[in-house]
This record gives sequence, structure tokens and C-alpha cells, in this order.
Amino acid sequence: MKRRDFLLATGTVGLVLWFPLEGSLQAQESERTAARPGYPKDFNAYLRIGPDGRVTCLVGKVELGQGAMTALAMLLAEELDVALERVDMVMGDTDLCPWDVGTFGSLSIWQFGPVLRGAAAEARAVLLQMAGERWSVSAERLQVKDGVISVIGDPKRQVSYGQLVQGRQIERHLEKVTVKPVSAFRLVGKSVARKDAQEKVTGRAKYAADTGLPGTLHACVLRPPIHGAKLQRVDTGAAERIPGVRIVREGDLLAALHERPDLATQARRVIKADFSHPEAGPDDTSIFDHLLKTAPPAQLVYEAGDLRAGARQATRTLEATYLNSYVAHAPIETHSAVAQFVDGKATVWASTQAPFIVRTEVARALGLPTQKVRVITPYVGGGFGGKSSGPQAVEAARLARAAGVPVQVVWDRAEEFFHDTFRPAAVVKLRAGLSASGRITFWDGQVVGAGEREAKPFYAIPHQRTTSAGSWQGGNPPGMHPFGIGPWRAPSANTNGFARESHIDALATLAGRDPLAFRLENLSDPRMTRVLNQVAERFRWAAKPAPSGRGVGLACAVYRGTYVAAMAEVAVDKATGQVQVKRVVMAQDMGVVVNPDGALQQMEGCITMGLGSALSEEVRFKGGDVLEKNFDTYGIPRFSWLPKIETILIDNPDVPAQGGGEPAITVMGALLANAIHDAIGVRLFQLPMTPERVKAALAHG
Amino acid sequence: MIKPIPFRLNGKRVSLTTDDGRMLLWALRSDLALTGTKFGCGEALCGACTVLLDGEAVRACSVPLKAVAGKQVTTIEGLAKNGRLHALQQAFLDHHAFQCGFCTPGMILSAYALLLKKPRPTRDQIRQHLEGNLCRCGSHVRILDAIEAVASRKGGAA
Ligand code: FES
Ligand code: FES
Repeated sequence: MKRRDFLLATGTVGLVLWFPLEGSLQAQESERTAARPGYPKDFNAYLRIGPDGRVTCLVGKVELGQGAMTALAMLLAEELDVALERVDMVMGDTDLCPWDVGTFGSLSIWQFGPVLRGAAAEARAVLLQMAGERWSVSAERLQVKDGVISVIGDPKRQVSYGQLVQGRQIERHLEKVTVKPVSAFRLVGKSVARKDAQEKVTGRAKYAADTGLPGTLHACVLRPPIHGAKLQRVDTGAAERIPGVRIVREGDLLAALHERPDLATQARRVIKADFSHPEAGPDDTSIFDHLLKTAPPAQLVYEAGDLRAGARQATRTLEATYLNSYVAHAPIETHSAVAQFVDGKATVWASTQAPFIVRTEVARALGLPTQKVRVITPYVGGGFGGKSSGPQAVEAARLARAAGVPVQVVWDRAEEFFHDTFRPAAVVKLRAGLSASGRITFWDGQVVGAGEREAKPFYAIPHQRTTSAGSWQGGNPPGMHPFGIGPWRAPSANTNGFARESHIDALATLAGRDPLAFRLENLSDPRMTRVLNQVAERFRWAAKPAPSGRGVGLACAVYRGTYVAAMAEVAVDKATGQVQVKRVVMAQDMGVVVNPDGALQQMEGCITMGLGSALSEEVRFKGGDVLEKNFDTYGIPRFSWLPKIETILIDNPDVPAQGGGEPAITVMGALLANAIHDAIGVRLFQLPMTPERVKAALAHG
Repeated sequence: MIKPIPFRLNGKRVSLTTDDGRMLLWALRSDLALTGTKFGCGEALCGACTVLLDGEAVRACSVPLKAVAGKQVTTIEGLAKNGRLHALQQAFLDHHAFQCGFCTPGMILSAYALLLKKPRPTRDQIRQHLEGNLCRCGSHVRILDAIEAVASRKGGAA
């Protein structure tokens, strides 16, 4: 099957469309290949060829479910011309793998992909050169098929990579090797079986808590009841009377250890402890005022034209404030780690998105040089940005050193909620003006809490200004957030997307225009126009100004070079405020697509996860306590919530491969807000749009 | 109370001498070192620890060992026979009905219990049956597709 001429239909009615190549891609790719930012230059760091011809691919990325194991193996197999089945992946082991910043920000393919391809292309060229010297023929007369080099037209002269290398390290290097052109891909762009499938369906896949080192003790760490509380007095007598329990105290860390996890939990439960009572901070209702009061000074994100001139051109202006709550990552696998301390060296198996960051954290906590710490990352049971560092790994390492045995730390669900680094609550104030002909004349945006990514609108607006105060990336004054915050799938952009696309829709209503037509009239970016048109065609969008009573809506977004547009149909029960999403159609243009089925999976995942952050997920807190303790109150999406999902992937060979794990979630808030508005005629300005908020909005008209 | 607890695990006889108030999940994962059964919530709220107890899907985190004595327990490790994947495992593999895979053993065993009782469930019945199994990665559509594919096969799942 040729790459260009297949349509891929998946179980969810997925569709891949191809568009022609125009040649700009090659230049962009080689620019990034040359850069290799922070990555080792020697290709041996990324790959080893065994005597049997199997290729081991070493990467600092980890497999969180997003399919990096498969996609990266495909890139290597493609450039090296070996079969995908002959590639073995070693991921996230800091002793074996080249340094990596971590697995987030949709960077695995977009940023690291060219690095890996460059390394593999160089290795292939070196191998060809070596073979050519053997037979005194030039490399141009050689071909490679599944790791076997032969002379074109003389198939008797052939040698496999394995025979050529003989298990040694390749010493030779070449400058300026070019990677394959997209048109020569035979594997990239095809949907293949995931490399982690067999292990995951049989229960053999190992996660950090499955490490099973002999002699491991499970540790339950004593936790403060509320954020900021300090331990004052503790009585561990009752816990110590449980046979097999050890109480270990290491600085501010106190834990009950037992060979059996449940007995360690039991022991922790009977520890009597008094904690200080810090002054109560904001709660989940006062938080928005609190953010506005405590935020650092606003920074300019983008400015063009002159807001006052834009205001003069406007015949109507619209101002609104959009809010979203803290949301949790809530991966089904909680933070887990096992640590062992032998001969002055710590080895830690950790569920983390960033093994090299965890290595630094553990080294610092133990006062060791980083070479004395090895972090191994088995499969990770979901991350979504929430496992970007390794506090549980630090706990396990400290306790392992203190106890002199391997120690395992697996947070329970309440610990996972309490210590999560939430998506920050945020306030976005938007003001925009319309000309008599329905053009947006100015846009004035103030983001507080969320951060600046995608805060600047991508519409063609002559006069605009966007500022941002405070961010998930830090730089917030102490006390601004009552607990930890951090990246959550498409950080900043999921908040800013909600505000922007809600406001655009409201402007369309003000203009009396169909929301699709209004967007197209105010856009000048052809990639965005294309994804919008693709979605509209599939959805069979019928133009009508909102609210139309039909319950249909749309939203679009750009995130790190990937374009997404979606349309949805919802039903709202006005008596209960309950929203049921009936159908979502989504199109995504992410440049060259490495593994189409993997990309579709990520889109489906974003749509499903986005139902939660849009409709139900909200971290409630009061007096320093996180009130969410488990999944009974914190409602994540379930099977009954599922809409009919239709996904369209636009393969765009003009643009290098971009990330696909996050962009689609950034449309979900506004998509549903707009569809709800279309259904009931009132707009919701706060996420999540819970039944109570829907009813309250209806009551206020 | 500490006492011997005999039961059949994936067809084999086992006996543990331990406190019979302890939950099955920890006996499986720790005492018996079968780590395919996952911990997600500890309060019967997520389904990651789902196993079969005498053919019924139960949440191992909330079933005390005293309720297991003398019964049959099936975990994900017991599904493949002689190295051949069970039809449900094969279908999950074919449909890519997982991402991180952490919910997968629980999903497969929930589905297995359903098919034992009702070899040809409708898509809606599958949905209802899996309502208590959470997947954070959003693999829901493919999970339904995979189970439906097995259910609609001639002769059902067996
Ligand atoms: S761990 Fe048993 S249901 Fe969640
Ligand atoms: S596949 Fe990750 S939780 Fe279901």
C-alpha cells in the first residue's frame, strides 16, 4: 500500500486525507536536525546494532500511553531501513539513554523526532560507506533492505548490518547527512501495531509499582491534613505494635514501612499526630478574586496596531470574563517509585514523565552527584503533565537510604489529589470590537493565572494587545495558589482556548452571523480555514446564527504548530442542567503524520478527557484541605458520557511532524460552551459547566 | 484473623496464611507477586483491580480474603491459554483499545465476566457494564469496539 493513496478507517470513523508536497519541508527538517538542542551528537548514543541485526533504540522519552515507543521506533526503522519488528526500545533509563528534557509539551515527535532521524540517517550512511569499502564500490551503487546491504544488480554481494558491525560500537562519523524525503517513506505514515500491545493486554507490562525487588518494604508517608500544616507531636506506638512494621524518620519525612502495602497503610492509619493549623487561605469560590489580588504584574504577550484606533472603528464592543477552576491530572496510576541504595548509588524506578529531572531531584535530596543516581522508567500509567517531576521518587530514595532496604512508595488516591500539581485556576478578561461589516477591529486580552501560551488570538485583527500575569510555569508570588500547580495537557492553551473561542462565538452572535462564517471572514491563515472547512463538510454544518436551538457549536485552535477544529452537538436537560454530548467531529492538521492511528487515538483521548474538564472536573478546597479524595466526588468521564466521535486527520507533508497529544483538548471547553449556548440561548463563562451552573445560567437568563 | 485461606488462582490451588480481613488485591500483588491486577483508587471506584471471583467481576481492592476462601479467582495472568491470547485480549490488541494500559487488565476482566453471562451483549449493555471502569486516557470508544467485535463473533466469546 502506497503511503499517499490510502484512506484509513478506524473503529471511530477516522479518516486520513493527504495533501501535496511542495518542498519547503526538507529545509525546515534539516535545520532542526542540525541543531540537536542539548542532545548528544554521537549517533551511538541513540542506537546499537546487535550481532543478530536487531537494533536497540535508546531514548530519554518515556511511554505514557501516547505511543512514543511505537512512533519513535518507526522513525528509527524508517531512516535505518530495518523492519519495525527488529527495533527494541529502551526508554527513560538515565544510565543507558541520552539526556532528554522530558516527555511533555508534544515535543517527542516535533523536537526529538528530527534528532533521532538524523542519528539513524548518519548511522545508515556510515554503514553503507563501510560496505562499499569492502567491495570497492561507491555507496550510490548500494541498497538497503531490512538491514541488509547489497550491490544493486549484484545480489550475491550482500552483508547485513549485524555482520558489518559485529556487536562493536561504530567509530566512524559523517557530517551533513540528509534524512529521507517524505516521498521515500515506506513506514512512517502507516498505521502499525503498537509495540507495547502484547505486554499491555496480558498484564505483563511493568509499571513502577510492579518492580518487585526482593526484600522491598512498602512505605506510607505521614501526611499533613491540610496544606501548610507542620508536624508538632507524633505517637507511633500503636503502629509499631503491628508485627513487621518499621517506623522510619528521615528529616521531615516520617513513614510506616511494611513488607505488605496494605499493612503499611494500616500502620499509618494508627499513627497519632498533631499538626499546626495555618491560617485558612482562599477556597474554591473566593479563589478568582484572590488570584486578581495576588497575581504578579502583567507581562505583555503581544501588541499590534493601536487599541484606541481599533475602538474607534468599532460600532459594537463586547466585554466578558472567563473563569476556570483547578483541575487534577488524575492518571489511573498514582505516583509510584521503588528505590534501592547500594554502595553509595541510588537506583530508582519511577512513574515519571521526566527521568532526567527526577535524577537531579534525587541527587540533590541525597546530596549525591548525578552519576550516583540512576532513574529507570518502566511503563507509565498516564501523565498528562502531572508526572513532570518525582516527589514520590525522592521520598522512596530518602527512605531506602535510611532503612537500608529497597523501599516502594505508591501514593493512594487521596495523596494523589492532595499533592497533584493542578492546572491553575484562571481569570481571562476579554474585550473586543466589531465593525459595521462584522470584522473584529480590536482585541484586548488580560490573562491571569493560566499563562501565555495561545493567549494571542490567531484571527486577523488589526489592533490588539494581550497581557498575561502568572503562569503554570512558575514566577507566581507565594500564596497566589494555595497548593501546587503545574502543566496540565496543553497548559495555558486549554484555558485561553476556552476564553478565545467563547468570545469569538459571542461576537458572531453580536454580529448576527453564523459562527463558522464569522470565523472564516476573520481568518487569514489557510491551514485554519482548511481544518474548519473539513470539519464543516463532515459535520454537515448548516449556517445559522446562534442561538439556533439546535445545540450545535464549533471551536478551533492552534497549539505548537498543530491545527484543530471541531464541531459538536449537545442536548441540554433544562430541568436538571445535565448536558449530554451527542456527537463530536474533529479535524486536525499536524504536519507529517508518523503513525496515523496513534494520532487518531490521541484525538479521541483529548475529546474524551476534555468532556471532564469542560463539564464536571473541578478541584474543591477549603481551609487548606483538598476536598477531592477519590473518584466518587471528582468525576472523570465514563462510558455513558461518550458522544459519537468522528476524527479526520489531515496529513500535511508541507509541514514537519508536529505534536499530537495535546492540541485537540484546547478546543473542548469552548466547543461545548458554544453548543450549550446554541441549545439554551445563554452562555456559560466558567468551566466546568456543571448542571448547577447550567441551571443558574438559565435562571439568570 | 490469621488463618490459612485456600483458593484456586487461575486454575491452580494456592493457600495463603494471613489475616483474612486483608483485601484480595494486596494478596495478589504482594504476597503472590501477580502484578497484572492494578491499584487505582482502593475504594471500588475505578475498576483497575477487577478480577473474577467464581465468574463474577469483583473489585479486588474491596474483597476481603475471607470472601475468597474456597473460591476460584481469575486474573489477567490467567486469561491466555498455552501462550494463546484470549479473544478479548486479541481484540484489545487489534483495536488498540488502550493507551497507557493501566486500566486494561480491569477492562478486559470486566468484559470477560459480562461475556460469560451474556455472550452477545449489545453495545449499550457493554457500556452499562463498564460504567464503573475508569480510563483516563480516553480509550473508551476503542474498548467498546474491541468488546463488541468479540461479542458479535459467531458462537460468542468462548
Ligand atoms: S483499585 Fe479497586 S476499584 Fe479502584
Ligand atoms: S489506557 Fe490509560 S487509563 Fe485506560
